[in-house]
Amino acid sequence: MNEPKDVHHIVDYKILLKSGAALFALTFLTMIAFWNHHHLGAFAAPIAFLIAGVKAAIVMMFFMGLKYDSTMNRIIFGLGFFFLAVLMAFSALDIWTRVPVLGTI
Amino acid sequence: MAATTHHHNPDVNYINEFKGIGSWLTSLDHKRIGLMYMISVLTFFLFGGIAALGIRLELFSPGQTVMTADQYNQFMTYHGAIMVFMVIVPGIPAILGNFFLPIHVGAKDVAFPRLNLLSWYVFMVGALMGIATLFMHKVDTGWTFYTPYSIKTSGAATMMVVAAFIMGMSSILTGLNFIATVHKLRCPGMTMYRMPLFVWAIYSTAILQLLATPVLGITLLLLAAERILGVGIFDPALGGDPVLFQHFFWFYSHPAVYIMILPAMGVVSELIAAFSRKTIFGYTAIAYSSLGIAAVSFFVWGHHMYVSGQSETAGIVFSFLTMLVGVPTAIKMFNWLATLYRGSISFQSPMLFALGFLFLFMIGGVTGIMLATLAVDVHFHDTYFVVAHFHYVMVGGTLMALMGGFYYWFPKMFGKMYNEGLARVTFVFIFIGFNVTFFPQFILGAMGMPRRYFDYIPAYESLNKISTVGSWLIGIGFLISLYVIIDGLLRGKKAPANPWGAKTLEWQVPSPPPHTNFHHDPVVTAGPYEYR
Repeated sequence: MNEPKDVHHIVDYKILLKSGAALFALTFLTMIAFWNHHHLGAFAAPIAFLIAGVKAAIVMMFFMGLKYDSTMNRIIFGLGFFFLAVLMAFSALDIWTRVPVLGTI
Repeated sequence: MAATTHHHNPDVNYINEFKGIGSWLTSLDHKRIGLMYMISVLTFFLFGGIAALGIRLELFSPGQTVMTADQYNQFMTYHGAIMVFMVIVPGIPAILGNFFLPIHVGAKDVAFPRLNLLSWYVFMVGALMGIATLFMHKVDTGWTFYTPYSIKTSGAATMMVVAAFIMGMSSILTGLNFIATVHKLRCPGMTMYRMPLFVWAIYSTAILQLLATPVLGITLLLLAAERILGVGIFDPALGGDPVLFQHFFWFYSHPAVYIMILPAMGVVSELIAAFSRKTIFGYTAIAYSSLGIAAVSFFVWGHHMYVSGQSETAGIVFSFLTMLVGVPTAIKMFNWLATLYRGSISFQSPMLFALGFLFLFMIGGVTGIMLATLAVDVHFHDTYFVVAHFHYVMVGGTLMALMGGFYYWFPKMFGKMYNEGLARVTFVFIFIGFNVTFFPQFILGAMGMPRRYFDYIPAYESLNKISTVGSWLIGIGFLISLYVIIDGLLRGKKAPANPWGAKTLEWQVPSPPPHTNFHHDPVVTAGPYEYR
């Protein structure tokens, strides 16, 4: 793809339709996972997050057009996730390193 | 610098080109939107200021004097919430940033003018919702809305929290607009390294607004969900963790401190260069230190939580990381002082406020390092030492810069000059009043006086009396400022295009600027501070 700089890429409607279909299919998959969450046990939540993550990636790549965007914009978008990871990592650091109170004097 | 010439009438400007209140309320002109923000923010500042004077009046003597303990909690909450969410966060970016950022980069407007107008309306909806809680069951949580109290209080905390969420949306839209403007609308020759440092500061702020504010929004929505639906997120009784609220809240609210101070640093860079008649020292270092402060600010929020129940390990890590903020901040301070060195300094009112900023912000910064030190903070936490530190940064820093910037750009914004002598008097009142108010609070904090209490033991009385008298001096200073503004608007002499002899683009256009900012499309061939 050799487009002039700053020209907005128009995503082919067939790709948009396929992306939309994939989102509906994944939503249906989420419902199936929910109906079976007692069978999935501890895996229920990670599976739900995984499906949600794939759906978000489809939206970002095709509907938001990040797949065709400049590297700079992709980095800026990724920064949001980086700082989200920072928030979670440091909060987890606090929770995992708390010394449990065993008793009082 | 002219490339294209348009026919123009020199008497027509952005103020008088379109008439009627409707032309203001539907205006897409960034300058008019900046002025609408100014009127809103100054009005809210009046509310917040009255609450502050009320707090200090109650603390003039120990025991109940002018209000009950519950009313004191409400005054304290509204002072904090109004000043933070409605005054200092939007203050410089939404007023001065809106007005000057597009002109500084040689653009006719911001990248998304309709979004800009929407952001003002969104801000007003949020702010008026917050103010409306005054007529309901008043909020008494403090501006931080800490759980578990904010879940249990009978005050209209949900509405206040939703109001803060809506104002956060406005902040995000403004940040987005500024980032797009800086990247896409710079005029020919305006490279990133020819942008005024004010633009670099607003740009760094915009990144923070865009990345940090959504976390506040989500946190406040979770809090509202817990209050309304009983979902267990922060309430231990429902399986939640109240310390988690503090993590989420401060992940936004510490960068928010830099949302409040970075634009002020940008204003100070402009003032010091203009009134020292000297090329700014270390342009690149100042520009990158703004980005550095923005980046580091995301890693330091845990220093608000040393005694919250957060683990010691996390406390040590956050203490170390917090010290890093001192590096880019000190770089800025060094470069400002180096710019002053052997400059032809003139002590006009904007410069007085800039010098006041340097003095007060240094005290605020150094006491910040003290509070970042884990072992020291355990003693100072929740004492008046923290109150004094915070106000030295936010009032001594941001408000001084806002006042300096306002006086500096007043001739450009309104095409009128103000009474310079009286403007200097306002500086004297505000600067002295500020120190009389807040310096005793460092001592009170070191003596152990806790913050947020409406009563205190007699040993703290004399310093509290001094502090309250100081607040009256600040109040008088701002009243004189109001007179200076009104007098300047009504009777001020016509301002020339460049009364200060400054070099940035806004001074190359008429005062006030035309609707499209430039009569000629600008082409930039030199940096913004090429004095000597």
